[in-house]
Amino acid sequence: MIRFGHIIFGVAFLLSLCTAVSASERFPPPEFESGYEQPSPTTPHPRQDIYEYIDAAVLLAGLSLSSYLVLRNRSRRAIFILMVFSLLYFGFWRKGCVCPIGAIQNIVLSVFDRDYVVPIVVGVFFVLPLVFTLFFGRVFCAGVCPLGAMQDLVLLRPVPVPRWAESGLRLFAYVYLGAAVLFAATGSAFVICRYDPFVSFFRLSGNLNVLILGACFLVVGVFIGRPYCRFVCPYGVILRQMSRLSKWRVTIAPDECVQCRLCEDSCPFGAIKEPTTDWPVHEYDRSKKRLAFLILLLPVLMLLGGWMGSGVRMVTARMHETVRLAERVYLEDEGKVEGTTDASLAFRATGKEVKELYEEASNIRAEFGLGGWFFGGFVGLVIGLKLIGLSVRRQRKDYEADRASCVACGRCFEYCPKEHARLKKAKEMIGKS
Amino acid sequence: MMVENKNNPTRRHFLRDSLWGACLAGLGGIAGFLGRKSKGTNTVWQIDPELCVACGNCATYCVLEESAVKCVHAYAECGYCKICFGFFGPEPFDIDEAAENQLCPTGAIKRSFVEDPYYEYTIDEKLCNGCGKCVKGCNTFGNGSLFLQVRHDRCLNCNECSIAVACPSGAHKRVPANKPYLLKRVDHA
Repeated sequence: MIRFGHIIFGVAFLLSLCTAVSASERFPPPEFESGYEQPSPTTPHPRQDIYEYIDAAVLLAGLSLSSYLVLRNRSRRAIFILMVFSLLYFGFWRKGCVCPIGAIQNIVLSVFDRDYVVPIVVGVFFVLPLVFTLFFGRVFCAGVCPLGAMQDLVLLRPVPVPRWAESGLRLFAYVYLGAAVLFAATGSAFVICRYDPFVSFFRLSGNLNVLILGACFLVVGVFIGRPYCRFVCPYGVILRQMSRLSKWRVTIAPDECVQCRLCEDSCPFGAIKEPTTDWPVHEYDRSKKRLAFLILLLPVLMLLGGWMGSGVRMVTARMHETVRLAERVYLEDEGKVEGTTDASLAFRATGKEVKELYEEASNIRAEFGLGGWFFGGFVGLVIGLKLIGLSVRRQRKDYEADRASCVACGRCFEYCPKEHARLKKAKEMIGKS
Repeated sequence: MMVENKNNPTRRHFLRDSLWGACLAGLGGIAGFLGRKSKGTNTVWQIDPELCVACGNCATYCVLEESAVKCVHAYAECGYCKICFGFFGPEPFDIDEAAENQLCPTGAIKRSFVEDPYYEYTIDEKLCNGCGKCVKGCNTFGNGSLFLQVRHDRCLNCNECSIAVACPSGAHKRVPANKPYLLKRVDHA
């Protein structure tokens, strides 16, 4: 009996003799005599565009409702219900995609890559929360963001984070934003999506490492309020800065603060700022000198950061697959590694010149060199401004929600005695009518 | 130290207001830029069968437990061979449908007799896991009528597709949503 393997080898040998013949000619399609009807492959359609417009409409409605609940209604319970709805809709129903956090990358890539198309809905998801923040503060974080909602739900035993730790850890979010922009601009990777810790929960499947990362965030989140939002979220960085300028904002007291200090410990996110004391005169002079020094230090930090960011381009460029492939092919050609990878085999099968690949890779490295200047400069700028911010003192007379850090969760409202008075008055009004 | 005075517009107020206006204008600019740019249709992920090397990453890297990528059969390309290299494993014991003879690890390919000597091969999508073993077999020795495609009733259309990241040949790419499949062309002489 002839073994089947021998047939394969025989056929393969024959085929290798006539490689010039195109693949589709090997076995001509038969002409059937029995009236057999040839089926055609099915092509199930992607989700209709209309559903994406519904998503955008839900986002708009959610943001409007959230603004109303935070600024007018002032009800933590209502904000909580909206939050749970958003978690169910944008999270578990829509599986976490599209989200404004990831949309940063699409926008950046569309600026740098002419051929890249951004769906209109992604643009809406990026712009709308920012516009609302300019008017009403971070109402997106309060009731619409499914990632924020997820963490807000598990926050059971809040522990205050020391100011210095908070400031230091927050720098990571800026670095993360810078890196995400760098990698998106060079078309290398969408790191925000890749390391989104909660999306695997929404889908109930995904990469195991990211799932573990998400679980860690949730466990930490039981004690430290919204760790992703405060220390990692790159979109939160943009929201923070826009929220500083917002037209309206969260106020702890509905009218005037009576400085009762009852709200002092109510915020699990460290966003309540206490009134300032007077500045001792002898320290004032010293801080003035320090401030001058820090302002002069700023450009130095930026240059240093840029130099470092550009210097590591050989490493950062490896995020791009073409660079990885070029390095692999180089190592193989030099005989420094044994064997091949799927990627190098696929490259050689295309018959492209190795030189061309190397040239592409060195172009991408150059892009990373230039991008590194911007990325490092940005990190330097952020660190410098942080230092300056620490040595500038603002005067505050009342307990205030910090414009940047406040995520408008509404927890502090019920701590304020004036709020209770307002609610009582409102109830009486309803009783009278 | 600066004290905010609510009645008099201070320099700080002016600065803040102009920054606010600049931010709003900037967002308007972004919106306008995107509106101009996204005239086209949305995009979805798809595999270019001409570039696909059937490495098997599609089966394992998809964020879904059961990959969104499945094998698709272009019947018009198929030779209806009695001995199909996409169906039979190397060195089968016999030329029949017994499980030990099959190449597909999940038994997703059904082989049925049409007329002598032709056999029809159909993919049971419920069983297919997108590993591409049959695709490799069919491409190497056959007509290449079996190929992998993203099934859009399953695909979540992630912003960054995990399979695209793992794809060694750049076959996994975005295509316009109104033409969501890259089916193999029928080019009989």
